[in-house]
Amino acid sequence: MMSAVASTVLLAAEETPNPFLPAGYDLFWSTVCLLIIGIYFYKKLLPSMNKVLDERTEKIEGGLEKAAEAQAAASAALAENERELDEARREAAQMREVAQEEGKTIVVEARARAQAEAARIVETAQRQLEAERQQAVVSLRAEVGVLASELASRIVGESLLDDARRSRVIDRFLDELEAGVVEVENPVREL
Amino acid sequence: MTLYTALTVLPLAASDHEGSGGGFHAPSISEFFPPAIFGEGTIFEFNRVMMVRVIVTALLILLLALATRNAKLVPARAQNLVELGLQFVRVDVAEQIMGHNAKRFVPMITTIFFGVFAMNVAGIIPGLNIAGTSVVGLPVLLALWVYFTYLWTGVAKQGLGGYLKSSLFPPGIPWFMYILITPIEALQVFIFRPLTLALRLLANMIAGHLMLVLCFSATSFLLLEGGGLIPVTSALTFVAGLGITLFELVVAALQAYIFALLSAVYLNLAVEAEH
Repeated sequence: MMSAVASTVLLAAEETPNPFLPAGYDLFWSTVCLLIIGIYFYKKLLPSMNKVLDERTEKIEGGLEKAAEAQAAASAALAENERELDEARREAAQMREVAQEEGKTIVVEARARAQAEAARIVETAQRQLEAERQQAVVSLRAEVGVLASELASRIVGESLLDDARRSRVIDRFLDELEAGVVEVENPVREL
Repeated sequence: MTLYTALTVLPLAASDHEGSGGGFHAPSISEFFPPAIFGEGTIFEFNRVMMVRVIVTALLILLLALATRNAKLVPARAQNLVELGLQFVRVDVAEQIMGHNAKRFVPMITTIFFGVFAMNVAGIIPGLNIAGTSVVGLPVLLALWVYFTYLWTGVAKQGLGGYLKSSLFPPGIPWFMYILITPIEALQVFIFRPLTLALRLLANMIAGHLMLVLCFSATSFLLLEGGGLIPVTSALTFVAGLGITLFELVVAALQAYIFALLSAVYLNLAVEAEH
């Protein structure tokens, strides 16, 4: 290979140059072009594209974060709602309980009041009855004398024939009267 | 080697016909050394290939700048395309090979990939018609850039002794094998790696250009100067030329990828002590 290259180099000195040995100008223009491309890539293209990529990543991450935040807020609100609903339910149950209790006491009180009222009415009625009875006793006592004397006069007047019976009736009457007077006298004294 | 002999034969074949005037001019290696436009004989000598390089450089930067001039969070179509390319190099080349070491070399590998691809693809762009990488200077320069970067990185990371030891005495091999392995590894690290980087790219671009020129100059010759039914055969060479053009597009991308990939591999060997 070396000899072939060498011989061509000699040959090519006049005609065509060796295609594997770079000429000065070749290297010069290669360097110029590569430098320009390299500087453009290193200083402009890649930094600007990296900036865009970073920004995009940041945006996406930010978006994800925001979504997570919103999610958290939503679930917190949901929990709060549930808690409040629970509380409201508990409160309602409590209120119902209290109301039932109150209802019960109201019923009990009403019953007691009704009973008291009934007792009062009964008592009043009894008192009235007593009073009326007293009144009756008093008026009876007043009439009994009259009636007795009337009865006596009748008996005396119509049955004087039977001496024995007559005397017995009188005796008994007198006895009964005696007893009745004693009986009647007591309540009068009480009044 | 075969390529080289083939190339040296071609100009001879071409010059054989030169005397007869007109006729078929087979493409030769002189395709890559056109006459100077200015500065002939100086280091600033400017010919058509150099002009193609400058134009490609300008076009590459212009297109990229246009695509990304208002780089936005929500990319437009052109920006998307550029981002796709950049991401391909970063993820599928640099990070694939170098893992967490990739970050500091991403700009270099990206520059290499885009630069090589743009220069390669000039070979099939009408009006330019020759790859900027088909003349040895640019491949050599790129290879030297990679070469010195991985040597520098290796020494900086592992120390001179450490780097030499890890590259020349790969672990896990019986000691007597080093007699065989170490010289091979030394040739690898110090000579073959940069040489193959540059030559692989250069040879591909030279071969591609020669094939294209051959097909299209044959088409032109058969069509214009063939007698009888011969011009009909020019359709064959024309279709072959079109096929090779598409093939060259693939080669342009593939060679840029290989160059970038191997650069990443070599740099990674320098960064990582064990391999």
